[in-house]
Amino acid sequence: MTQRGRNALLLTPAGLWLLVMLVLPLLVVFVFSFGERGAAGGYVPAFTLEQYANLPARWTAFKNTLILAPLGTIAALLIAYPLAYFLAVRCAPRWRTSMLILVIVPFWTSILIRSYAWIFILGGRGLPALLETIGINDVRFINTPFAVLVGIVYGYLPLMVFPIFVSLDKLDKRLLEASADLGSTPWRTFRQVTLPLSTPGVATGCMLVFILLMGEFLIPAILGGGKVFFVGNALVDLFLQSRNWAYGSAVAMTLVIIMLITVSIYMKFISRLGGHRDDVSLM
Amino acid sequence: MRLYAVCVYLFLYAPIAIIALFSFNAGRHASQFTGFSAQWYGKALNNPFVMDALQTSLIAAFLTACFASVLGTMAAIALQGVTGWLRTLFDALIYIAIMIPGIVIGIATLIALVTVFGWLNPLVAALWPEGGTPPQFSMGMHTIVAAHTMFTMALVIIIVRARLSGMDRSLMEASADLFATPWGTFRQVTLPLIAPAILAGFLLSFTFSFDDFIIAFFVAGSETTLPIYIFSSIRRGVTPEINAIGTMVMAASLLLLVLAQVLLRRGAAKSAG
Repeated sequence: MTQRGRNALLLTPAGLWLLVMLVLPLLVVFVFSFGERGAAGGYVPAFTLEQYANLPARWTAFKNTLILAPLGTIAALLIAYPLAYFLAVRCAPRWRTSMLILVIVPFWTSILIRSYAWIFILGGRGLPALLETIGINDVRFINTPFAVLVGIVYGYLPLMVFPIFVSLDKLDKRLLEASADLGSTPWRTFRQVTLPLSTPGVATGCMLVFILLMGEFLIPAILGGGKVFFVGNALVDLFLQSRNWAYGSAVAMTLVIIMLITVSIYMKFISRLGGHRDDVSLM
Repeated sequence: MRLYAVCVYLFLYAPIAIIALFSFNAGRHASQFTGFSAQWYGKALNNPFVMDALQTSLIAAFLTACFASVLGTMAAIALQGVTGWLRTLFDALIYIAIMIPGIVIGIATLIALVTVFGWLNPLVAALWPEGGTPPQFSMGMHTIVAAHTMFTMALVIIIVRARLSGMDRSLMEASADLFATPWGTFRQVTLPLIAPAILAGFLLSFTFSFDDFIIAFFVAGSETTLPIYIFSSIRRGVTPEINAIGTMVMAASLLLLVLAQVLLRRGAAKSAG
C-alpha cells in the first residue's frame, strides 16, 4: 500500500468520528436555529429569524455571562500573575516543579466537587457565621454574583497560572539584572521588562479562561442557586425543561458567534501589542 | 511574596480539605463537625444508586479512553505525513472540538442524535424482516462514549503529535534503510517512543470522561453517571455521604494524574537521553 493510502486509512476513523459527532451536530444547531418550536416541544422545520429576534428574552443570561466572564478572567489574572511570577522567578529551582504540579492538580479533579465545597464555606454556617462572631451580621454570600465569581476564580486559577508561568520561565533572567544594573527601580524593571515579555502567557491564559467561562454552567448552577445564571444555564433550561429546540439553538449559535468575535478581536489586539503570535496559539 | 504564594495554595486546597474533613463527620449535619467516623464511606459504598452510577462512569471512561487513544494515535501518526487541505481541515476540526464550549457540544449532540434516531428507527423497523423485533436506537452508554471520544480524541491527537514532532525522524529512516517494513518500523521504533504519550493521553481521556458532567448530562439518556448523581444530590442538599463520594473520586483522580505525569516525564527523559 502506498504511503498516501495508508495515511488515508489511518485518518478515516477519526475523520468520520469528528464528522458525525462534531460537524453534524453543529450543523444541526445551525439549521434548527432558523426553525420553529413544535407544539409538544422539539423542532418543526421552517425558515424564520423569529428565534433570533426573540433573543432579548434571555438578555439577563447574556448580560450575566458578558459581565462575569471578563470580570472572572481579570480577577483570575490578578491573583495568578504574582503566583506565576513567584514560581518562575523567586522560587528555589528544586521546589519549582512540585509547586507547579500542586497548582495544576486541582484543575484535573472534578470541578463539580470543588465548586460544591464552596457551598460549605460561603453558606450560612461558613464565612457568614464566622463574621457574626466578630460582629458583622447578615452577610450573604451564597447565591450571589460574588459567590459565582469566587467559584470561577477558584475553578480556573490553575489554567491562568500555567501559561503565565511558562512565559516567565522562558524569560532570560539576565535581562532583569541588566535592567537593575542600569539603575531601574524594581517596579520599573517589572513594568518595562518583565510584563511586556510575559504578554504571550497572559494572553493565552486569559483566552483559555474566557472561552471556558463563556460556556460555564456548573459554577452558577451550584453557587448562584438559580439567581445568578449564565447562558449555559439558560441552555440547560431551554433544552431539558421547556424543550424549545429552535430557540435554544439560536441562543447556542449566538453564544458561539459572540465567543468567536471576542476571541478574534482579542487576538488582533494582542498581536498589535507586539506579542508573538505563535505563542498566543492555543496549542 | 512567599506569604502570598502560601495564601493562594491555601485558597486552592482549603475547600478540598474541608470536604475530606467533613466526609469523616460522625453527625448527620453536613456543616457541623460532631466527631470522627468513617460511616459515610460505608453508606456510600453500600448505596446501590451510587454503585450503579460509579459503574456506568467507569465503563464509559474506560471505553472512551480506549477509543480516544487508538483513534487519536492513528490520526496523529497519519497527520505527520499529510499536508494541504486535508491537514488544514483536521487542524481546524481539532481546534473547533476544543474551543466550542462543552455545553454546546452537549446540546448539539443531543438534538442531532435524537433527530437522526427519529429517522432511523422507523426506517429500520420497515426494513426489518416480519416477526422479528427491530432494534431501537436511543441515547445511553454508547452516546456518552461517542461524545466523550470526540473531544478526548482531539486531546490525544495533540499530545501524541507533540511527542512525534519532538522525535528524531532519522530513527525511522534508519529503520526503513535497514529493510524494516513500515509495520515493523512502527512496532519496533515509533510505538515504543510514543507509548508514554499514548498512555498519558489514555489517562487524561479517562479522567476527563469520568469527571465530565455537562456533556453526559445531555446525552446520557436514562443512564446516570457519577457526576450526574452527585449533581442531582447536591440539588437536594449537602450530605456527608456526598462528601465521602467526592473525597474518594478526588483521591482516585489524583492517583491517575500522578501516574500520567510520571509517564510523560519518563517519556521525555527517554527521548532526551
